[in-house]
Amino acid sequence: MDYQSVVFPYRRHADQDAATPARHPVVVVGAGPVGLSLAIDLAQRGVPVVLLDNDDRLSSGSRAICFAKRTLEIFDRLGCGRRMVERGVSWQQGRVFFRDQQVYAFDLLPEAGHERPAFINLQQYVVEGLLVERAAALDAIDLRWKHQLVGIEPADDHAALTIETPEGPYRLVAGYVAACDGSRSALRRMLGLESQGRVFRDRFLIADVKMQIDHPAERWFWFDPPFHPGQSVLLHRQPDNVWRIDFQLGWDADPELEKQPERIIPRVKALLANSALKDVPFTLEWASVYTFACQRMARFRHGRVLFAGDAAHGVSPFGARGANSGVQDADNLGWKLALVVQGRGGDALLDSYAGEREAAADENIRASTRSTDFITPKSEISRVFRDAVLDLAREHAFARTLVNSGRLSVPATLDGSPLGTADAEAFDGSLRPGAVAADAPLRRADGAPTWLLRELNQRGAGFTLLVAEPAPELAPTVAMPVRQLRIAAHADAGADRFFDVDGLATRRYDLQPGTAYLIRPDQHVCARWRRPTAALVEAALQRALAIAPGARR
Amino acid sequence: MKLITTPHLDAPDDFYEALIDAHRELPAAESHALNARLVLLLANHIGAQDVLLEALHAARAGRRADTA
Repeated sequence: MDYQSVVFPYRRHADQDAATPARHPVVVVGAGPVGLSLAIDLAQRGVPVVLLDNDDRLSSGSRAICFAKRTLEIFDRLGCGRRMVERGVSWQQGRVFFRDQQVYAFDLLPEAGHERPAFINLQQYVVEGLLVERAAALDAIDLRWKHQLVGIEPADDHAALTIETPEGPYRLVAGYVAACDGSRSALRRMLGLESQGRVFRDRFLIADVKMQIDHPAERWFWFDPPFHPGQSVLLHRQPDNVWRIDFQLGWDADPELEKQPERIIPRVKALLANSALKDVPFTLEWASVYTFACQRMARFRHGRVLFAGDAAHGVSPFGARGANSGVQDADNLGWKLALVVQGRGGDALLDSYAGEREAAADENIRASTRSTDFITPKSEISRVFRDAVLDLAREHAFARTLVNSGRLSVPATLDGSPLGTADAEAFDGSLRPGAVAADAPLRRADGAPTWLLRELNQRGAGFTLLVAEPAPELAPTVAMPVRQLRIAAHADAGADRFFDVDGLATRRYDLQPGTAYLIRPDQHVCARWRRPTAALVEAALQRALAIAPGARR
Repeated sequence: MKLITTPHLDAPDDFYEALIDAHRELPAAESHALNARLVLLLANHIGAQDVLLEALHAARAGRRADTA
């Protein structure tokens, strides 16, 4: 499948001939990585979804190419993680250059005991293509290409939508609308809302270059190189022998002019000539000139309309926090919206979506702004310190921790979430309430190897209680059934027990016999105890469902 | 070698941001003066003369060839 050229035909839908507008519980606007992920998640939870896209193609160009471990784990939950990893390429070695010298080389040496790598590089259109194929296998998803949202009238208990098609407009009524329509969100504009923040006066050229080299997949970053003085350059690898090169151009560059191959090819030749690659032949696959802003909407929830991904927030590209944080938005919203639509969770769940992901957006904006300020110093003294860090980094390891050419996307810990229950007992490690559950290799009772997160996925769409053996059985929860994942330190603990084969689950979760973690449907920890009781678990579950104590759904 | 040159900062990115922020909107002469006060404060905190001399040597050695 050539995902870059595939066209998805417009199809007429029965809703276009309805006498009164059809009502759908959820309409998702925008079939990019975020909208597709959300639609798949909702469909897997049994919620029918209409997914609208104004186009009939996947992402034009490779765009977001770096997909982080957490995103791959979410794709696993959505049923397409393995295909992503098989298609993607990874790297773990990198080099940093300053002017005409290498400052240092590094090896990320990924921590063992996780099923998924720290990240893969994969073209955005391939990611979207694999998500579209997964969506096509789910009957609950009604994906409508060339159906463009052009009007919205929000109300207390629905939103009325007007949709334009090649055959004219029609109307729909949506119980909830998820705006996943990108950084220039039409929905945001229609509702008179803004995304505010800091616009960077800088331009970057992305060139995707195909070259046959037996060079290992390394990430090279140049500060102020002789072949592109005063600016930064980044080279890293995509699948199919394609290499991404980012040239910082500065604000005064003419974007139309810089997109011309006759301008780009000499830049690439100069880079190669100054590197170990010398005069290797290449062809130009795709190029784009972009600017960016670090900004977000003040609130991600506006009644029945929920904003996610670039529609809600924007970051600089350093750290790959755009698409990755957008997929995490979808991960956070899917289970909450499903429970609210199904009447099993409180409306405040949707407020918690906004609160949790607004805080995550702030964290991503802070990290990507710091990288941008290091790469492009905004004052003379900032440049002096930046250059001093790079000079010291040649000799001294401490200075390398200050070199910032992007801090790779990691999932936000949802501190202060109203859905979490604060620790009442002492724990070591990083898995406090709000953190994403950590992976670890496990072995099933029949001896087959498995993974902790894979087992969470196999326990279905709901909450899971991770329990360290030996531990007494607790009375079942009332508000909603909770499945259990029982971890044992020994291989022969019995059926339905999982052997912590390398002791990593025990270490990462600081498990002692009887310790229990309540894990949300999006795999974030929401409570944990040394001596859990049915009443404690029930109270934490109700809190995480945003329902009144004692309520049964 | 008594001078610690392995990673030792609690939060490198937080520190770097605070450092650059401390200079926000200062003219060059005031930035120089701020840096001088900062070096003196940190030197007093370290105290040990042999460590301070090592730091001075390392800073001097860190100059690029083209600016030497």
